[in-house]
Amino acid sequence: MSRATPKLQWRNATKRFGDTTVLRDMDLDVAAGRSLVIIGGSGQGKSVTLKLALGLLTADGGWVSLDGQNPAGLTGRARRAFFSKVGVLFQGAALFDSLTVWENVAFRLLNADGVPRAKARAKALLALEQVRLRPDIADHYPSQLSGGMQKRVGLARAVVAEPDILFFDEPTTGLDPISAGAINALIVDQVKRLGCTAVSITHDLVSAATIGDEIAMLHDGAIVWRGQPADLESSGNPYVDQFVSGRADGLMAPAL
Amino acid sequence: MSPAVAIARAMNTVAYLGSPIVGAARVAGAIAVFAGRALGAALSGPRFVRQTMSQLLAIGFYSLPVVGLTAVFTGAALALNIFSGGGRFNAEQVMPQIVALGILRELGPVLAALMLAGRASAAMAAEIGAMRATEQIDALETLSTDPFRYLVAPRLIAAIIAVPLLTVVADIIGIAGGWLVAVQVLGFSPTVYLRNTLGFVVAWDIGSGVIKAAAFGVIIALMGCYHGFTASGGARGVGRATTHAVVSSAILIFAVDYLLTSLFAHR
Ligand SMILES: Nc1ncnc2c1ncn2[C@@H]1O[C@H](COP(=O)(O)OP(=O)(O)O)[C@@H](O)[C@H]1O
Ligand SMILES: [Mg+2]
Repeated sequence: MSRATPKLQWRNATKRFGDTTVLRDMDLDVAAGRSLVIIGGSGQGKSVTLKLALGLLTADGGWVSLDGQNPAGLTGRARRAFFSKVGVLFQGAALFDSLTVWENVAFRLLNADGVPRAKARAKALLALEQVRLRPDIADHYPSQLSGGMQKRVGLARAVVAEPDILFFDEPTTGLDPISAGAINALIVDQVKRLGCTAVSITHDLVSAATIGDEIAMLHDGAIVWRGQPADLESSGNPYVDQFVSGRADGLMAPAL
Repeated sequence: MSPAVAIARAMNTVAYLGSPIVGAARVAGAIAVFAGRALGAALSGPRFVRQTMSQLLAIGFYSLPVVGLTAVFTGAALALNIFSGGGRFNAEQVMPQIVALGILRELGPVLAALMLAGRASAAMAAEIGAMRATEQIDALETLSTDPFRYLVAPRLIAAIIAVPLLTVVADIIGIAGGWLVAVQVLGFSPTVYLRNTLGFVVAWDIGSGVIKAAAFGVIIALMGCYHGFTASGGARGVGRATTHAVVSSAILIFAVDYLLTSLFAHR
Protein backbone atom coordinates (compact mmCIF):
# COMPACT_ATOMS: atom_id res chain seq x y z
CA MET A 1 0.00 0.00 0.00
CA SER A 2 1.24 3.47 -0.84
CA ARG A 3 2.35 5.79 1.92
CA ALA A 4 0.40 8.69 0.38
CA THR A 5 -2.60 10.03 2.32
CA PRO A 6 -5.40 7.50 2.06
CA LYS A 7 -8.46 8.35 -0.03
CA LEU A 8 -10.69 7.63 2.94
CA GLN A 9 -9.88 7.19 6.59
CA TRP A 10 -11.59 6.63 9.90
CA ARG A 11 -9.54 7.68 12.97
CA ASN A 12 -10.58 6.70 16.50
CA ALA A 13 -14.12 6.70 15.18
CA THR A 14 -16.59 6.21 18.00
CA LYS A 15 -20.36 5.98 17.61
CA ARG A 16 -22.92 5.51 20.34
CA PHE A 17 -26.69 5.13 20.24
CA GLY A 18 -28.00 5.83 23.72
CA ASP A 19 -26.15 3.51 26.06
CA THR A 20 -24.78 1.16 23.41
CA THR A 21 -21.43 1.86 21.83
CA VAL A 22 -21.44 0.54 18.27
CA LEU A 23 -17.95 1.70 17.19
CA ARG A 24 -15.11 2.17 19.65
CA ASP A 25 -11.99 4.07 18.52
CA MET A 26 -12.10 2.38 15.16
CA ASP A 27 -9.22 2.97 12.73
CA LEU A 28 -9.40 2.08 9.08
CA ASP A 29 -8.24 3.51 5.78
CA VAL A 30 -8.55 2.90 2.07
CA ALA A 31 -5.97 3.90 -0.53
CA ALA A 32 -7.11 5.54 -3.77
CA GLY A 33 -8.07 3.03 -6.43
CA ARG A 34 -8.33 0.09 -4.02
CA SER A 35 -11.36 -2.00 -3.22
CA LEU A 36 -11.82 -2.66 0.49
CA VAL A 37 -14.44 -5.05 1.81
CA ILE A 38 -15.58 -4.87 5.44
CA ILE A 39 -16.92 -8.16 6.76
CA GLY A 40 -18.56 -8.87 10.08
CA GLY A 41 -21.65 -10.29 11.75
CA SER A 42 -25.10 -8.70 11.74
CA GLY A 43 -25.44 -5.65 13.93
CA GLN A 44 -21.67 -5.19 14.34
CA GLY A 45 -21.81 -1.65 12.95
CA LYS A 46 -20.87 -2.17 9.31
CA SER A 47 -23.61 0.10 7.98
CA VAL A 48 -22.84 2.65 10.70
CA THR A 49 -19.17 2.64 9.57
CA LEU A 50 -20.30 3.40 6.05
CA LYS A 51 -22.74 6.12 7.11
CA LEU A 52 -19.99 7.85 9.09
CA ALA A 53 -17.88 7.98 5.94
CA LEU A 54 -20.81 9.54 4.10
CA GLY A 55 -21.64 12.04 6.82
CA LEU A 56 -25.12 10.55 7.15
CA LEU A 57 -24.24 9.92 10.79
CA THR A 58 -21.88 12.00 12.92
CA ALA A 59 -19.16 10.38 15.02
CA ASP A 60 -19.32 10.91 18.79
CA GLY A 61 -15.53 10.75 18.91
CA GLY A 62 -12.66 10.68 16.43
CA TRP A 63 -13.08 11.70 12.83
CA VAL A 64 -13.53 10.60 9.24
CA SER A 65 -11.85 12.08 6.20
CA LEU A 66 -12.60 11.61 2.52
CA ASP A 67 -10.17 13.45 0.26
CA GLY A 68 -9.14 15.47 3.29
CA GLN A 69 -12.70 16.55 4.12
CA ASN A 70 -14.79 15.54 7.11
CA PRO A 71 -18.23 15.08 5.59
CA ALA A 72 -20.05 15.54 8.89
CA GLY A 73 -19.42 19.29 9.00
CA LEU A 74 -20.40 20.06 5.43
CA THR A 75 -23.59 21.93 4.57
CA GLY A 76 -25.23 23.45 1.52
CA ARG A 77 -23.11 23.77 -1.58
CA ALA A 78 -20.05 22.07 -0.04
CA ARG A 79 -22.19 19.10 0.94
CA ARG A 80 -23.63 18.76 -2.56
CA ALA A 81 -20.14 19.02 -4.03
CA PHE A 82 -18.89 16.34 -1.64
CA PHE A 83 -21.61 13.95 -2.73
CA SER A 84 -21.05 14.64 -6.42
CA LYS A 85 -17.97 12.40 -6.31
CA VAL A 86 -19.71 9.64 -4.36
CA GLY A 87 -21.92 6.75 -5.51
CA VAL A 88 -23.82 4.53 -3.06
CA LEU A 89 -25.72 1.28 -3.51
CA PHE A 90 -27.87 0.89 -0.40
CA GLN A 91 -28.78 -2.41 1.22
CA GLY A 92 -32.36 -2.51 -0.07
CA ALA A 93 -31.41 -0.51 -3.20
CA ALA A 94 -33.39 2.48 -1.75
CA LEU A 95 -34.99 3.29 -5.09
CA PHE A 96 -37.61 6.07 -5.05
CA ASP A 97 -40.85 4.22 -5.55
CA SER A 98 -42.79 7.18 -6.94
CA LEU A 99 -40.32 7.57 -9.81
CA THR A 100 -39.74 5.37 -12.85
CA VAL A 101 -36.57 3.35 -13.30
CA TRP A 102 -34.92 5.87 -15.60
CA GLU A 103 -35.89 8.81 -13.36
CA ASN A 104 -34.26 6.95 -10.47
CA VAL A 105 -31.07 6.35 -12.43
CA ALA A 106 -30.97 9.94 -13.67
CA PHE A 107 -32.01 11.43 -10.31
CA ARG A 108 -28.78 13.30 -9.64
CA LEU A 109 -28.59 14.58 -13.22
CA LEU A 110 -32.19 15.82 -13.14
CA ASN A 111 -32.39 17.24 -9.63
CA ALA A 112 -28.89 18.34 -8.66
CA ASP A 113 -27.03 18.91 -11.93
CA GLY A 114 -29.86 20.48 -13.95
CA VAL A 115 -29.36 18.23 -16.98
CA PRO A 116 -32.29 18.50 -19.45
CA ARG A 117 -34.69 15.54 -19.34
CA ALA A 118 -33.94 14.17 -22.81
CA LYS A 119 -30.21 14.15 -22.20
CA ALA A 120 -30.60 12.72 -18.69
CA ARG A 121 -32.78 9.94 -20.05
CA ALA A 122 -30.18 9.06 -22.68
CA LYS A 123 -27.51 8.84 -19.99
CA ALA A 124 -29.78 6.71 -17.79
CA LEU A 125 -30.41 4.28 -20.64
CA LEU A 126 -26.67 3.97 -21.16
CA ALA A 127 -26.15 3.23 -17.46
CA LEU A 128 -28.92 0.61 -17.55
CA GLU A 129 -27.15 -1.04 -20.45
CA GLN A 130 -23.93 -1.09 -18.44
CA VAL A 131 -25.64 -3.09 -15.69
CA ARG A 132 -27.14 -5.40 -18.34
CA LEU A 133 -30.74 -4.30 -18.00
CA ARG A 134 -32.95 -4.09 -21.08
CA PRO A 135 -33.96 -0.52 -22.01
CA ASP A 136 -37.68 -1.42 -22.01
CA ILE A 137 -37.77 -1.45 -18.19
CA ALA A 138 -36.82 2.24 -18.16
CA ASP A 139 -40.44 3.32 -17.79
CA HIS A 140 -41.36 0.68 -15.21
CA TYR A 141 -41.67 1.49 -11.52
CA PRO A 142 -39.26 -0.13 -9.02
CA SER A 143 -42.07 -2.19 -7.44
CA GLN A 144 -42.48 -4.00 -10.77
CA LEU A 145 -38.89 -5.33 -10.64
CA SER A 146 -37.33 -8.32 -8.87
CA GLY A 147 -34.87 -7.76 -6.01
CA GLY A 148 -31.90 -8.50 -8.25
CA MET A 149 -33.09 -6.05 -10.89
CA GLN A 150 -33.66 -3.38 -8.24
CA LYS A 151 -30.05 -3.82 -7.09
CA ARG A 152 -28.90 -3.36 -10.68
CA VAL A 153 -30.94 -0.19 -11.03
CA GLY A 154 -29.40 1.00 -7.74
CA LEU A 155 -25.96 0.25 -9.17
CA ALA A 156 -26.78 2.14 -12.37
CA ARG A 157 -27.91 5.12 -10.24
CA ALA A 158 -24.66 4.96 -8.25
CA VAL A 159 -22.38 5.00 -11.31
CA VAL A 160 -24.28 7.25 -13.72
CA ALA A 161 -22.42 10.42 -12.75
CA GLU A 162 -19.02 8.66 -12.76
CA PRO A 163 -18.09 9.01 -9.08
CA ASP A 164 -14.57 8.49 -7.85
CA ILE A 165 -15.57 6.48 -4.82
CA LEU A 166 -18.29 3.84 -4.62
CA PHE A 167 -19.96 2.39 -1.52
CA PHE A 168 -21.86 -0.89 -1.46
CA ASP A 169 -23.93 -1.93 1.56
CA GLU A 170 -24.52 -5.69 1.43
CA PRO A 171 -24.94 -5.79 -2.35
CA THR A 172 -25.77 -9.52 -2.46
CA THR A 173 -27.87 -9.91 0.67
CA GLY A 174 -31.29 -11.35 -0.12
CA LEU A 175 -30.35 -12.50 -3.62
CA ASP A 176 -30.15 -16.08 -4.93
CA PRO A 177 -26.57 -17.28 -5.68
CA ILE A 178 -26.87 -16.68 -9.41
CA SER A 179 -28.19 -13.11 -9.08
CA ALA A 180 -25.58 -12.52 -6.38
CA GLY A 181 -22.83 -13.71 -8.71
CA ALA A 182 -24.13 -11.40 -11.43
CA ILE A 183 -24.13 -8.40 -9.08
CA ASN A 184 -20.59 -9.20 -7.90
CA ALA A 185 -19.40 -9.36 -11.51
CA LEU A 186 -21.11 -6.07 -12.34
CA ILE A 187 -19.53 -4.37 -9.33
CA VAL A 188 -16.06 -5.56 -10.31
CA ASP A 189 -16.80 -4.39 -13.86
CA GLN A 190 -17.93 -0.91 -12.90
CA VAL A 191 -15.18 -0.30 -10.35
CA LYS A 192 -12.62 -1.24 -12.99
CA ARG A 193 -14.31 0.84 -15.72
CA LEU A 194 -14.41 3.96 -13.53
CA GLY A 195 -11.01 3.26 -11.97
CA CYS A 196 -12.52 4.32 -8.66
CA THR A 197 -12.05 3.49 -5.00
CA ALA A 198 -14.59 1.08 -3.53
CA VAL A 199 -15.76 0.30 -0.01
CA SER A 200 -18.13 -2.62 0.37
CA ILE A 201 -19.83 -4.20 3.33
CA THR A 202 -20.91 -7.80 3.33
CA HIS A 203 -21.24 -10.95 5.36
CA ASP A 204 -21.05 -12.98 2.14
CA LEU A 205 -17.50 -14.36 1.88
CA VAL A 206 -17.82 -15.30 -1.80
CA SER A 207 -18.81 -11.74 -2.56
CA ALA A 208 -15.99 -10.40 -0.37
CA ALA A 209 -13.37 -12.48 -2.17
CA THR A 210 -14.74 -11.51 -5.59
CA ILE A 211 -14.93 -7.75 -5.20
CA GLY A 212 -12.21 -7.02 -2.62
CA ASP A 213 -8.51 -6.30 -3.02
CA GLU A 214 -8.40 -6.21 0.75
CA ILE A 215 -10.62 -7.43 3.52
CA ALA A 216 -11.11 -5.99 7.00
CA MET A 217 -13.10 -7.68 9.70
CA LEU A 218 -15.21 -5.58 12.05
CA HIS A 219 -16.09 -7.04 15.42
CA ASP A 220 -17.25 -5.47 18.65
CA GLY A 221 -16.73 -1.94 17.38
CA ALA A 222 -13.20 -2.32 16.03
CA ILE A 223 -11.22 -3.81 13.16
CA VAL A 224 -9.89 -7.15 14.40
CA TRP A 225 -8.13 -8.31 11.21
CA ARG A 226 -7.05 -6.99 7.87
CA GLY A 227 -5.59 -8.93 4.95
CA GLN A 228 -5.89 -10.26 1.43
CA PRO A 229 -8.87 -12.32 0.24
CA ALA A 230 -6.51 -15.28 -0.30
CA ASP A 231 -5.52 -15.21 3.38
CA LEU A 232 -9.07 -15.54 4.70
CA GLU A 233 -8.85 -19.33 5.02
CA SER A 234 -5.45 -19.32 6.74
CA SER A 235 -5.53 -16.07 8.67
CA GLY A 236 -4.76 -17.67 12.04
CA ASN A 237 -7.10 -15.03 13.49
CA PRO A 238 -9.69 -16.64 15.78
CA TYR A 239 -12.47 -14.20 14.76
CA VAL A 240 -11.87 -14.70 11.04
CA ASP A 241 -11.57 -18.48 11.49
CA GLN A 242 -14.89 -18.63 13.26
CA PHE A 243 -16.55 -16.37 10.66
CA VAL A 244 -15.18 -18.42 7.75
CA SER A 245 -16.14 -21.77 9.25
CA GLY A 246 -19.51 -20.48 10.46
CA ARG A 247 -19.22 -22.01 13.93
CA ALA A 248 -21.75 -20.80 16.49
CA ASP A 249 -19.39 -21.48 19.38
CA GLY A 250 -16.18 -19.49 19.77
CA LEU A 251 -15.18 -15.95 20.62
CA MET A 252 -18.20 -14.53 18.87
CA ALA A 253 -21.69 -15.37 20.02
CA PRO A 254 -24.28 -15.53 17.24
CA ALA A 255 -26.45 -12.43 16.98
CA LEU A 256 -29.86 -13.53 18.20
CA MET B 1 -37.73 7.13 57.37
CA SER B 2 -34.37 8.85 57.56
CA PRO B 3 -34.04 12.36 56.09
CA ALA B 4 -31.71 11.07 53.36
CA VAL B 5 -34.29 8.55 52.19
CA ALA B 6 -37.01 11.19 52.33
CA ILE B 7 -34.95 13.56 50.23
CA ALA B 8 -34.14 10.77 47.78
CA ARG B 9 -37.85 9.92 47.47
CA ALA B 10 -38.72 13.55 46.93
CA MET B 11 -36.03 13.84 44.27
CA ASN B 12 -37.42 10.77 42.58
CA THR B 13 -40.86 12.31 42.51
CA VAL B 14 -39.43 15.48 41.01
CA ALA B 15 -37.56 13.43 38.43
CA TYR B 16 -40.70 11.41 37.69
CA LEU B 17 -42.76 14.54 37.15
CA GLY B 18 -39.90 16.36 35.46
CA SER B 19 -38.92 13.85 32.82
CA PRO B 20 -42.09 14.21 30.71
CA ILE B 21 -41.67 17.99 30.88
CA VAL B 22 -38.03 17.75 29.83
CA GLY B 23 -39.09 15.29 27.11
CA ALA B 24 -41.80 17.61 25.84
CA ALA B 25 -39.38 20.55 25.85
CA ARG B 26 -36.89 18.48 23.86
CA VAL B 27 -39.55 17.54 21.27
CA ALA B 28 -40.71 21.15 21.03
CA GLY B 29 -37.11 22.22 20.44
CA ALA B 30 -36.62 19.56 17.79
CA ILE B 31 -39.81 20.64 16.02
CA ALA B 32 -38.71 24.28 16.14
CA VAL B 33 -35.37 23.40 14.54
CA PHE B 34 -37.18 21.27 11.96
CA ALA B 35 -39.61 24.11 11.21
CA GLY B 36 -36.71 26.53 10.78
CA ARG B 37 -35.00 24.29 8.25
CA ALA B 38 -38.32 23.67 6.48
CA LEU B 39 -39.06 27.39 6.16
CA GLY B 40 -35.52 28.05 4.99
CA ALA B 41 -35.88 25.39 2.32
CA ALA B 42 -39.29 26.70 1.23
CA LEU B 43 -38.04 30.27 0.92
CA SER B 44 -34.79 29.54 -0.94
CA GLY B 45 -34.09 27.85 -4.26
CA PRO B 46 -33.81 25.53 -6.06
CA ARG B 47 -37.54 24.79 -6.00
CA PHE B 48 -38.95 21.44 -6.98
CA VAL B 49 -41.95 22.65 -8.96
CA ARG B 50 -42.94 19.19 -10.16
CA GLN B 51 -43.07 17.88 -6.58
CA THR B 52 -45.02 20.93 -5.41
CA MET B 53 -47.62 20.51 -8.17
CA SER B 54 -48.12 16.85 -7.39
CA GLN B 55 -48.54 17.68 -3.68
CA LEU B 56 -51.06 20.40 -4.56
CA LEU B 57 -53.02 17.78 -6.44
CA ALA B 58 -52.77 15.23 -3.63
CA ILE B 59 -53.52 17.64 -0.77
CA GLY B 60 -55.88 20.02 -2.52
CA PHE B 61 -57.72 18.51 -5.43
CA TYR B 62 -58.24 14.99 -4.11
CA SER B 63 -59.46 16.34 -0.77
CA LEU B 64 -62.34 18.22 -2.39
CA PRO B 65 -64.94 15.41 -1.98
CA VAL B 66 -64.10 14.83 1.70
CA VAL B 67 -64.12 18.52 2.55
CA GLY B 68 -67.28 19.13 0.51
CA LEU B 69 -69.23 16.33 2.20
CA THR B 70 -68.10 17.40 5.66
CA ALA B 71 -69.12 20.98 4.96
CA VAL B 72 -72.56 20.29 3.50
CA PHE B 73 -73.65 18.09 6.42
CA THR B 74 -72.22 20.45 9.02
CA GLY B 75 -73.90 23.46 7.42
CA ALA B 76 -77.21 21.62 7.31
CA ALA B 77 -77.00 20.43 10.92
CA LEU B 78 -75.93 23.88 12.11
CA ALA B 79 -78.98 25.43 10.41
CA LEU B 80 -81.35 22.99 12.15
CA ASN B 81 -79.75 23.55 15.56
CA ILE B 82 -79.70 27.32 15.35
CA PHE B 83 -83.25 27.41 14.06
CA SER B 84 -84.66 25.27 16.88
CA GLY B 85 -82.41 26.88 19.52
CA GLY B 86 -83.14 30.37 18.23
CA GLY B 87 -86.87 29.59 18.43
CA ARG B 88 -86.62 29.60 22.22
CA PHE B 89 -86.26 33.39 22.13
CA ASN B 90 -87.99 34.11 18.84
CA ALA B 91 -84.74 34.55 16.94
CA GLU B 92 -85.30 32.01 14.15
CA GLN B 93 -85.08 34.73 11.57
CA VAL B 94 -81.41 35.53 12.23
CA MET B 95 -80.48 31.90 11.55
CA PRO B 96 -78.90 32.63 8.10
CA GLN B 97 -76.56 35.23 9.58
CA ILE B 98 -75.49 33.01 12.48
CA VAL B 99 -74.89 30.03 10.20
CA ALA B 100 -72.75 32.19 7.92
CA LEU B 101 -70.75 33.53 10.84
CA GLY B 102 -70.18 30.07 12.30
CA ILE B 103 -69.11 28.56 9.01
CA LEU B 104 -66.90 31.38 7.75
CA ARG B 105 -65.10 32.23 10.95
CA GLU B 106 -64.88 28.86 12.64
CA LEU B 107 -66.21 25.68 11.10
CA GLY B 108 -65.06 26.09 7.50
CA PRO B 109 -61.35 26.45 8.30
CA VAL B 110 -61.33 24.10 11.29
CA LEU B 111 -63.23 21.28 9.58
CA ALA B 112 -61.26 21.55 6.34
CA ALA B 113 -58.03 21.47 8.35
CA LEU B 114 -59.15 18.53 10.48
CA MET B 115 -60.07 16.49 7.43
CA LEU B 116 -56.65 17.31 5.98
CA ALA B 117 -54.95 16.34 9.23
CA GLY B 118 -56.50 12.93 8.73
CA ARG B 119 -55.84 12.76 5.02
CA ALA B 120 -52.74 14.73 4.14
CA SER B 121 -50.72 14.87 7.36
CA ALA B 122 -51.12 11.11 7.81
CA ALA B 123 -50.13 10.44 4.21
CA MET B 124 -47.02 12.63 4.55
CA ALA B 125 -45.92 10.88 7.75
CA ALA B 126 -46.49 7.44 6.24
CA GLU B 127 -44.74 8.17 2.96
CA ILE B 128 -41.75 9.97 4.45
CA GLY B 129 -41.54 7.44 7.30
CA ALA B 130 -41.38 4.59 4.79
CA MET B 131 -38.71 6.50 2.88
CA ARG B 132 -36.71 6.87 6.09
CA ALA B 133 -37.06 3.16 6.89
CA THR B 134 -35.90 2.09 3.41
CA GLU B 135 -32.95 4.54 3.38
CA GLN B 136 -34.48 6.62 0.59
CA ILE B 137 -33.84 9.80 2.58
CA ASP B 138 -30.16 8.83 2.95
CA ALA B 139 -30.17 8.12 -0.79
CA LEU B 140 -31.46 11.64 -1.50
CA GLU B 141 -28.53 13.13 0.43
CA THR B 142 -25.98 11.01 -1.43
CA LEU B 143 -27.54 12.18 -4.70
CA SER B 144 -26.71 15.80 -3.72
CA THR B 145 -30.37 16.61 -3.06
CA ASP B 146 -31.46 18.26 0.19
CA PRO B 147 -34.43 16.26 1.57
CA PHE B 148 -35.83 19.47 3.07
CA ARG B 149 -35.96 21.06 -0.36
CA TYR B 150 -37.15 17.95 -2.18
CA LEU B 151 -39.62 16.52 0.33
CA VAL B 152 -40.57 19.09 2.97
CA ALA B 153 -40.69 22.39 1.08
CA PRO B 154 -43.11 21.16 -1.64
CA ARG B 155 -45.49 19.78 1.01
CA LEU B 156 -45.30 22.95 3.08
CA ILE B 157 -45.93 25.25 0.11
CA ALA B 158 -48.73 23.03 -1.21
CA ALA B 159 -50.46 22.92 2.18
CA ILE B 160 -50.23 26.69 2.68
CA ILE B 161 -51.95 27.15 -0.69
CA ALA B 162 -54.39 24.23 -0.55
CA VAL B 163 -55.90 24.59 2.94
CA PRO B 164 -57.12 28.20 2.38
CA LEU B 165 -58.55 27.23 -1.02
CA LEU B 166 -60.33 24.23 0.48
CA THR B 167 -61.61 26.49 3.25
CA VAL B 168 -63.24 28.78 0.71
CA VAL B 169 -64.84 25.72 -0.86
CA ALA B 170 -65.99 24.51 2.56
CA ASP B 171 -67.41 28.00 3.26
CA ILE B 172 -69.49 27.99 0.10
CA ILE B 173 -70.71 24.41 0.42
CA GLY B 174 -71.37 24.77 4.15
CA ILE B 175 -73.55 27.84 3.62
CA ALA B 176 -75.26 26.04 0.75
CA GLY B 177 -76.00 23.14 3.13
CA GLY B 178 -77.65 25.54 5.56
CA TRP B 179 -79.58 27.18 2.75
CA LEU B 180 -80.82 23.81 1.49
CA VAL B 181 -82.23 22.80 4.85
CA ALA B 182 -83.69 26.25 5.45
CA VAL B 183 -85.47 26.24 2.12
CA GLN B 184 -86.48 22.58 1.89
CA VAL B 185 -87.27 21.79 5.52
CA LEU B 186 -87.84 25.02 7.40
CA GLY B 187 -89.77 26.96 4.80
CA PHE B 188 -87.40 29.91 4.32
CA SER B 189 -87.64 31.85 1.06
CA PRO B 190 -84.55 31.00 -1.02
CA THR B 191 -83.89 34.59 -2.06
CA VAL B 192 -84.51 36.14 1.33
CA TYR B 193 -82.13 33.64 2.95
CA LEU B 194 -79.41 34.49 0.45
CA ARG B 195 -80.04 38.23 0.74
CA ASN B 196 -79.81 38.00 4.54
CA THR B 197 -76.55 36.07 4.32
CA LEU B 198 -74.84 38.20 1.68
CA GLY B 199 -76.00 41.47 3.18
CA PHE B 200 -74.59 40.51 6.55
CA VAL B 201 -71.21 38.97 5.76
CA VAL B 202 -68.15 41.27 5.73
CA ALA B 203 -64.83 40.54 4.04
CA TRP B 204 -63.09 40.01 7.36
CA ASP B 205 -65.41 37.08 8.18
CA ILE B 206 -63.98 35.28 5.17
CA GLY B 207 -60.46 36.71 5.48
CA SER B 208 -59.95 35.73 9.11
CA GLY B 209 -61.01 32.17 8.29
CA VAL B 210 -58.64 32.02 5.34
CA ILE B 211 -55.72 33.33 7.43
CA LYS B 212 -56.44 30.66 10.03
CA ALA B 213 -56.48 28.09 7.23
CA ALA B 214 -53.01 29.09 6.06
CA ALA B 215 -51.70 28.62 9.61
CA PHE B 216 -53.41 25.21 9.76
CA GLY B 217 -51.70 24.31 6.46
CA VAL B 218 -48.32 24.99 8.10
CA ILE B 219 -49.27 22.77 11.04
CA ILE B 220 -50.47 19.91 8.83
CA ALA B 221 -47.37 19.85 6.64
CA LEU B 222 -44.88 20.31 9.50
CA MET B 223 -46.43 17.61 11.69
CA GLY B 224 -46.69 15.14 8.80
CA CYS B 225 -43.11 15.73 7.64
CA TYR B 226 -41.57 15.92 11.12
CA HIS B 227 -43.06 12.65 12.32
CA GLY B 228 -42.19 10.95 9.04
CA PHE B 229 -38.58 12.18 9.18
CA THR B 230 -38.08 11.01 12.74
CA ALA B 231 -39.82 7.65 12.31
CA SER B 232 -37.74 4.68 13.42
CA GLY B 233 -38.33 1.00 14.02
CA GLY B 234 -39.73 -0.34 10.76
CA ALA B 235 -43.43 -0.78 9.98
CA ARG B 236 -44.52 -0.17 13.57
CA GLY B 237 -42.52 3.03 13.63
CA VAL B 238 -44.25 4.23 10.48
CA GLY B 239 -47.63 3.43 12.03
CA ARG B 240 -46.69 5.35 15.15
CA ALA B 241 -45.49 8.30 13.08
CA THR B 242 -48.82 8.42 11.26
CA THR B 243 -50.81 8.42 14.50
CA HIS B 244 -48.60 11.11 16.03
CA ALA B 245 -48.93 13.27 12.92
CA VAL B 246 -52.74 13.17 13.00
CA VAL B 247 -53.11 13.65 16.75
CA SER B 248 -50.54 16.44 17.04
CA SER B 249 -51.93 18.25 13.97
CA ALA B 250 -55.47 18.09 15.34
CA ILE B 251 -54.54 19.37 18.80
CA LEU B 252 -52.37 22.15 17.38
CA ILE B 253 -55.16 23.15 15.00
CA PHE B 254 -57.58 23.61 17.92
CA ALA B 255 -55.01 25.45 20.03
CA VAL B 256 -53.92 27.79 17.23
CA ASP B 257 -57.57 28.29 16.28
CA TYR B 258 -58.31 29.64 19.73
CA LEU B 259 -55.17 31.75 19.72
CA LEU B 260 -55.93 33.36 16.36
CA THR B 261 -59.60 33.79 17.19
CA SER B 262 -58.70 35.68 20.36
CA LEU B 263 -56.31 37.86 18.36
CA PHE B 264 -58.92 38.51 15.69
CA ALA B 265 -61.84 39.02 18.08
CA HIS B 266 -61.17 42.72 18.50
CA ARG B 267 -61.75 43.44 14.86
N1 LIG C 1 -30.09 5.25 13.61
C1 LIG C 1 -29.89 4.35 14.60
N2 LIG C 1 -30.44 4.54 15.81
C2 LIG C 1 -30.23 3.66 16.81
N3 LIG C 1 -29.49 2.55 16.71
C3 LIG C 1 -28.92 2.29 15.52
C4 LIG C 1 -29.08 3.18 14.40
N4 LIG C 1 -28.39 2.68 13.36
C5 LIG C 1 -27.83 1.53 13.80
N5 LIG C 1 -28.15 1.30 15.09
C6 LIG C 1 -27.67 0.18 15.91
O1 LIG C 1 -26.28 0.04 15.72
C7 LIG C 1 -25.93 -1.32 15.63
C8 LIG C 1 -25.16 -1.59 14.35
O2 LIG C 1 -26.02 -1.41 13.24
P1 LIG C 1 -25.56 -1.63 11.74
O3 LIG C 1 -24.35 -0.82 11.45
O4 LIG C 1 -26.75 -1.39 10.90
O5 LIG C 1 -25.18 -3.18 11.71
P2 LIG C 1 -24.69 -4.04 10.48
O6 LIG C 1 -23.29 -4.47 10.82
O7 LIG C 1 -25.59 -5.24 10.43
O8 LIG C 1 -24.76 -3.21 9.26
C9 LIG C 1 -27.21 -2.12 15.73
O9 LIG C 1 -27.31 -2.60 17.04
C10 LIG C 1 -28.28 -1.12 15.45
O10 LIG C 1 -29.45 -1.43 16.15
MG1 LIG D 1 -26.10 -3.22 7.64
